[in-house]
Amino acid sequence: MNTTTRETTIAADPSAPTILITREFDAPRENVFRAHAEPDLVKRWLGPRGLEMDIDRWDCETGGAYRYTHRDDDGEYAFYGSFHEVRPHERIVQTFTFEGWPDGVSLERMLFVDLGDGRCRIEALSVFESIEARDGMLASGMEHGVREGYEQLDELLAG
Amino acid sequence: MDDQLSRVFSALADPIRRDMVARLADADAGVNELAEPYDVSLQAVSKHLKVLEEAGLVSRTRQAQRRPVHLEAEVFDLMTKWIERYRRRAEERYRRLDDVLAEMDTEQKPRPDSERGAS
Repeated sequence: MNTTTRETTIAADPSAPTILITREFDAPRENVFRAHAEPDLVKRWLGPRGLEMDIDRWDCETGGAYRYTHRDDDGEYAFYGSFHEVRPHERIVQTFTFEGWPDGVSLERMLFVDLGDGRCRIEALSVFESIEARDGMLASGMEHGVREGYEQLDELLAG
Repeated sequence: MDDQLSRVFSALADPIRRDMVARLADADAGVNELAEPYDVSLQAVSKHLKVLEEAGLVSRTRQAQRRPVHLEAEVFDLMTKWIERYRRRAEERYRRLDDVLAEMDTEQKPRPDSERGAS
């Protein structure tokens, strides 16, 4: 699917359990990196709209860890992981687990690419344990839509 | 995980089955035709087909001896929708990040030469 250069692009490899998301920003990569590294800034954009986001822990440094919680009327959704490697302004490698599915873990590698002229591109690669787990993540959208996805699929398969 | 949903995912987790699905996207095919490129027995191919059929990904017409295998494209439209929805969520997040970055710009000009220590 082709969109304007600014819009998020996504690629889900049919033969490998990965999702690659890229997006460009009209901001210097130092700032884009800071917005990922400093919890006060992270809190302002990472949570889904309409959900409250609490950051319990956000030690964005090599060997650090994080945990955050989203809340809505239906309940709480907590996520946690480790920061495997944090290279300021260049790269963050972290694990990711949804506490509602504790057996699942993915590895996320985020690159911050300097495009010059005060612009920056993010390349976020997520690696899952299996294609099945990757597709499950795509289907669920993590916090929402598990039910929605099942309902749609039920309808489809019943048809 | 929901039974039907996991059937779809595990059906697609196998490389031969994914390849069969990709070929069926071009045209319906008989079992012999489908089996041709693979170094596996006809029974193995039939087994793969059964998995795909139970997941609702393909159907086989009852008509005629050949019983061609047909891809149920709707399921793939659903996958495409899931991917697009996932992308849209990421885009929504990044638009909020755009706003944060714009505000950071006015809050303080970045100092590219000085490394900011971790707080």
